[in-house]
Amino acid sequence: MSTQAQRATLQRRPLVKKILEGADDNLLVIAGLGSANWDITAAGDRPLNMPLWGSMGAPVGMGLGLALAQPAKRVLVITGDGDMLMSLGSLATVAAQQPDNLAIVVLDNEKFGETGNQATHTSPRNNGPTDSGAGTDLAMIARGCGIADSATVREASEVAQLVKDARTRKGPVFRLVKVMVEKLDFVMPPQDGAHLKDRFRQALLGHA
Amino acid sequence: MNAVATIDWHDQIFETLQDHDVKQVYHVPDAGHGKLIEACQKSNSIRTLALTTEEEGIPLAAGAWLGGQRSVLLMQSSGVGNTINLMGMTKTLRFPFLTLITMRGDYGEFNSWQYPMGQGTPKVLEAMGVLLYSVDNAAEVKATVDAAARSAFNGGQAVAVLLRQKLIGIKNFGKK
Repeated sequence: MSTQAQRATLQRRPLVKKILEGADDNLLVIAGLGSANWDITAAGDRPLNMPLWGSMGAPVGMGLGLALAQPAKRVLVITGDGDMLMSLGSLATVAAQQPDNLAIVVLDNEKFGETGNQATHTSPRNNGPTDSGAGTDLAMIARGCGIADSATVREASEVAQLVKDARTRKGPVFRLVKVMVEKLDFVMPPQDGAHLKDRFRQALLGHA
Repeated sequence: MNAVATIDWHDQIFETLQDHDVKQVYHVPDAGHGKLIEACQKSNSIRTLALTTEEEGIPLAAGAWLGGQRSVLLMQSSGVGNTINLMGMTKTLRFPFLTLITMRGDYGEFNSWQYPMGQGTPKVLEAMGVLLYSVDNAAEVKATVDAAARSAFNGGQAVAVLLRQKLIGIKNFGKK
């Protein structure tokens, strides 16, 4: 069987590391639960990272509320396809606000990694009885919601541009990145939500 | 008209939200909150966001707070169930959260479909650790919303104000 997932060649860890390289106080990062959380933490835990350990479906909304509150900062949401599928409507809410400082990067491995790599709806259809999805195209959904600057990244040659788009391109920006299914180490940030929130606010605002 | 009937509690809520420096207001279309939503949309100091589902309001409020801004979620009791899982964020992150809820299925409701979530609203919010304030008298709306905002933004709590159907009026679709 030839599937999109098998064709994906990009590895999420080095990719996220490149996106976050040289992150300064201007970059505010929110990561969805599971792999995206471990990915941004593997790139280097920092107070201006808000890695979620739960709250599936929350990252895009959090990113929007933060982007509107901090228009002079860059807000980057990094999450997975499973998380994104749980809050498709939030893309329409982002489009209605058109925050020019918000970028959303969805790492799409077409699997629910935390529960045993079951197919998400972004997996191809007709992929066997236990591994079929719907071929859902999240970049097309984002564009359909009204985020005009929405694109899919598949090739290593596109990564340098992806990094620029995530960090500096006028938002709202949506990038769907097709990544490999991999077994990777858990690299965990602090878990306490109140602590993560307080250290973020302390670093950003000077008080918790 | 008596004195109570002339109190415009929608305007009073708007003024109270401004007094508390609320900068982001989240809502879905709602007749009960309609006048307040319009006032927020016309305001220069408040950003008004229409949601596709009430659930979006919780992470938005968390994000706004991360960025140093206060917010409020306006919803109907029928939308409360949509928020319950993510409502847990108010406990996990321990951030101030304020929601104003227009009640249906509450007092003289004619639509049977509104009763399950309307009657369940206080119980599910309590189960998620949300403090409940309730008001059914126009004369007490301003003081109640003000106290709720203080509990939220000064006391760091998740707080819901239930605007009871007795206050809002019974929707009857033209029937007597």
